[in-house]
Amino acid sequence: MRSIAFKEDNPILSLQDIWVRLGERCVLKNVNIQAYPGEFIGLIGANGAGKSTLLRVILGLLSPSQGSVHVFGRPARKGDRLIGYVPQKVFLDPNTPLRGRDLVALGLDGHRWGIPLPGKQRQKRVDEILEAVDAGRYADSPVGRLSGGEQQRLLIAQALLTDPQLLLLDEPLSNLDIKSAYEVVRLVSRIGHERGVAVILVAHDMNPLLQVMDRVLYLADGNAAMGRVEDIFRNDVLTKLYGYAVEVLHVNGRILVVGGRDSEADGRLLSMETHCCGAGDIA
Amino acid sequence: MSHLLALLFAPGFFQSEEVMNALLLGGVVAAISGVIGVFVVIRGQAFAGHAMGDFGGAGAAGAFLAGINTLWGFLAFGVLAAIGVEFLGNRARERDLATGIILAVALGVEALFLYFDTHFTGKVGAPMLILFGSIFVVAPSTVSIVTGLTIASAVTICLIYRPLLLSSIDPELARARGVPVRVISLAFIILLAVVVEEGSLIIGALLSTALLIGPAAAALRLTHKMGWAVLWSVVLGIMAMWIGIVLAYDSFQWPPGGHGWPVSFFVSVLILLFYFLVRLRGKLPKLGITMSRRAMQDA
Repeated sequence: MRSIAFKEDNPILSLQDIWVRLGERCVLKNVNIQAYPGEFIGLIGANGAGKSTLLRVILGLLSPSQGSVHVFGRPARKGDRLIGYVPQKVFLDPNTPLRGRDLVALGLDGHRWGIPLPGKQRQKRVDEILEAVDAGRYADSPVGRLSGGEQQRLLIAQALLTDPQLLLLDEPLSNLDIKSAYEVVRLVSRIGHERGVAVILVAHDMNPLLQVMDRVLYLADGNAAMGRVEDIFRNDVLTKLYGYAVEVLHVNGRILVVGGRDSEADGRLLSMETHCCGAGDIA
Repeated sequence: MSHLLALLFAPGFFQSEEVMNALLLGGVVAAISGVIGVFVVIRGQAFAGHAMGDFGGAGAAGAFLAGINTLWGFLAFGVLAAIGVEFLGNRARERDLATGIILAVALGVEALFLYFDTHFTGKVGAPMLILFGSIFVVAPSTVSIVTGLTIASAVTICLIYRPLLLSSIDPELARARGVPVRVISLAFIILLAVVVEEGSLIIGALLSTALLIGPAAAALRLTHKMGWAVLWSVVLGIMAMWIGIVLAYDSFQWPPGGHGWPVSFFVSVLILLFYFLVRLRGKLPKLGITMSRRAMQDA
């Protein structure tokens, strides 16, 4: 089924020393990441932390100011069929003239020239994937009239049609109610396991992901830390990352990150900024 | 039956070369407007579509002054302004602002040229022709040019159909799939300009938008399949156009007499009528149910 076999010690994704500057702002600072086949990574951070920018770098839509990005051993490039992508906040008007299956089919050949020609093979692929994400019931309903959770399933199905080895989901849980959010997380996790697909799921709240994620990639103001949940959600790690004191609270199995009471922050914050945009760092 | 037909089609309708030209031209332009219109509605570019007519109107008024075929004026200004709008505005909001700014200039230039047209060429009908169309007086050679342009537009839209649809649904997803979104977007706005200018030539710079948006908006309420939406949009557009031509021809015998009423009037009213009928179609059964429920509760 899988077209390319990867060795466990061979990362499917490798970002080395990535810096991204947009105008005056340093969006990503010295980010290093490796991702391995089949693992579930939660990409966590507040708004503006650089999460979407990081995805755009992986997708080959944005060239880093410095550093190298390798996906499946090759430099990142646009339109890589081994990457499935679910974009953030797709707005579908109630009168959008697409049924669920039409939206999904765009994932198969939406980038090709010409008019789609109906075929048995094409329909079979779409039906299979609709089945896999449990979206068969509303395959023939207009997409604009479906709930956020149902649309999210279709968008995930769309991303799976090319048999990707890496699935990138940009904030798929925002705008979903708690129940739908947990369902989407379970679905993505199941698909990851069944198909051996590595998943990077962007979220600003880590709690819905705690049960399923193998590792967490935490972004704060362009700085990244990656590791197992218990190694990242610690006062010292996140304080270092943010550049000011934060505290990690565990409440009934959930994790909260809050501003700390300690205030040696200012000095560190300053040193971080200098480090980022200091002369000579970015060629 | 034959009596009814005679009443509908005034004498000479089928013998008139102007009428036959108008039916061909109107049908061709209504069809391509219907196709492009569906994408315009999905992409939320109705305002750009409307402005395109007035961009072209300024060019047509200038061409009239210079004694050139107004079609070239429509096309030149329309396409140039479309490219300008595309490069000025990147995001939807910016694009609307850029369109508004260029639109204001275009209208100003149009007013000046129309003033010159009436005073220097002595043809007081110029504003009427440019603002409200000239379907009955288009030269046969122009009909073939428009037909050729329409075929080229149809081929182009077929070619970019899928990437255009994908980037209309979500540009970032399209980019990730390797679609050259900027190129597609530019190609579409040029296509839009060409089609709107064709519409401007026949039903006028002010009303070409009716042919573009109306049938498409109605079609999207009739179906949620893309192919059917395009087909319905084309059919409704052609129907409005042809019935409009028949009525305009009949109106030669209506008051004040001697001159027919403008085709654009009939076409725009018919399109509005279609749109209302389509909206009512969704509403009526629901209305019936709530009314009967209320009646039952009262009883």
